[in-house]
Amino acid sequence: MSATEQIIHPAATVHPIDNLLRADRFPHILCPGCGIGTVIHGYAHAIAASGLSEDRHVCVSGIGCSGRAAGYVNVDSYHSTHGRALPFALGIAVHKPELNVTVISGDGDLTAIGGNHLIHAARRNVNLNVICINNFNYGMTGGQVGPTTPVGAKGSTAPRGAVEQPFNLPYLAKATGAAFVARWTVLHVREFQDAVLRAMNKNGFSFIEVLAPCPTSFGRANNIGDGLHEVEIYRERCVIENGAQNLEELDIDLIDASKPITVGNFVDIDRKPFIE
Amino acid sequence: MSEAESNVRREPMDLAKAQVPVGRVHIISERCKQCNFCINYCPTKVLEYSPETNAKGYHFPLVAAGKETSCVHCRFCDLICPELAIFTTEMTDEDKAEFGIDGS
Repeated sequence: MSATEQIIHPAATVHPIDNLLRADRFPHILCPGCGIGTVIHGYAHAIAASGLSEDRHVCVSGIGCSGRAAGYVNVDSYHSTHGRALPFALGIAVHKPELNVTVISGDGDLTAIGGNHLIHAARRNVNLNVICINNFNYGMTGGQVGPTTPVGAKGSTAPRGAVEQPFNLPYLAKATGAAFVARWTVLHVREFQDAVLRAMNKNGFSFIEVLAPCPTSFGRANNIGDGLHEVEIYRERCVIENGAQNLEELDIDLIDASKPITVGNFVDIDRKPFIE
Repeated sequence: MSEAESNVRREPMDLAKAQVPVGRVHIISERCKQCNFCINYCPTKVLEYSPETNAKGYHFPLVAAGKETSCVHCRFCDLICPELAIFTTEMTDEDKAEFGIDGS
């Protein structure tokens, strides 16, 4: 069937969720097979499901591919400097507690240059929703090894494989005091949206790690052909374990195919929030 | 069905009443970047690549010939699409009349 014959399925021009996104900027800048678009999409659905008006939502992002997220959502959004998305969002959340502030940023921005801000925002239990898009490397700058690159995975600065122990982000977030901790992949679209919604309704620091494919940088260095191939790895090896207690054992090993990748909503506790 | 067979095959009690929704696929072809997520993860394999390309040179998905009424409106293609280039709607009565489905 050719496109000209597509009378029975006429070409649409507007997506139903376009009113929450800056659709005039689409198609976006991200590579084919990248998972960040799916995360932005899920965040938009969570805004729609939250019941709050768009004026009550704020999106803050840092620098990197994931930092582009703030430019594509049609709520008040800020594209802050590298690593400083969390202190910027903390200022908004403290000054206007009625707002629902979400930080969407990458693993390099949040845990490398912004690592100290992450642990201290979690320690203070500020009412923020942090969506950390983990693609296991510094994608925008050419695939350098970052603090989440699994041991043995290759990058442009580690052609023989990374040798450093990576961060286990759910364990880090739990240990520093986050009230809600989850890990999902871009394949778990509905679970991810539910987790974002729970984070929005939580009065406290919520941390959601999303594993996203990066075919251009991480995939090419590690013989992962395209985005679909990496998502297939998640599909084959992900194990859902909600409320898992052994977060210290949930390291991600992308090289050893026998090791499962545990996902789920791990922590949901009530702690004294920064602002009551 | 013999009695021995009925002991091993158990059917849901509301199987006769349960209705499978019929979905209609809408594709915004100019946004597609050919990541293959929708085609690969469609549970009823409704989609296939188009022979044509969009303005950026990507082969966008199309409803395969003969699969026009196979979509079950699970919305997974919509939710996983990183480009927001595809979505499904449940067929209205007019849609069903157009596709020749018994509108019940």
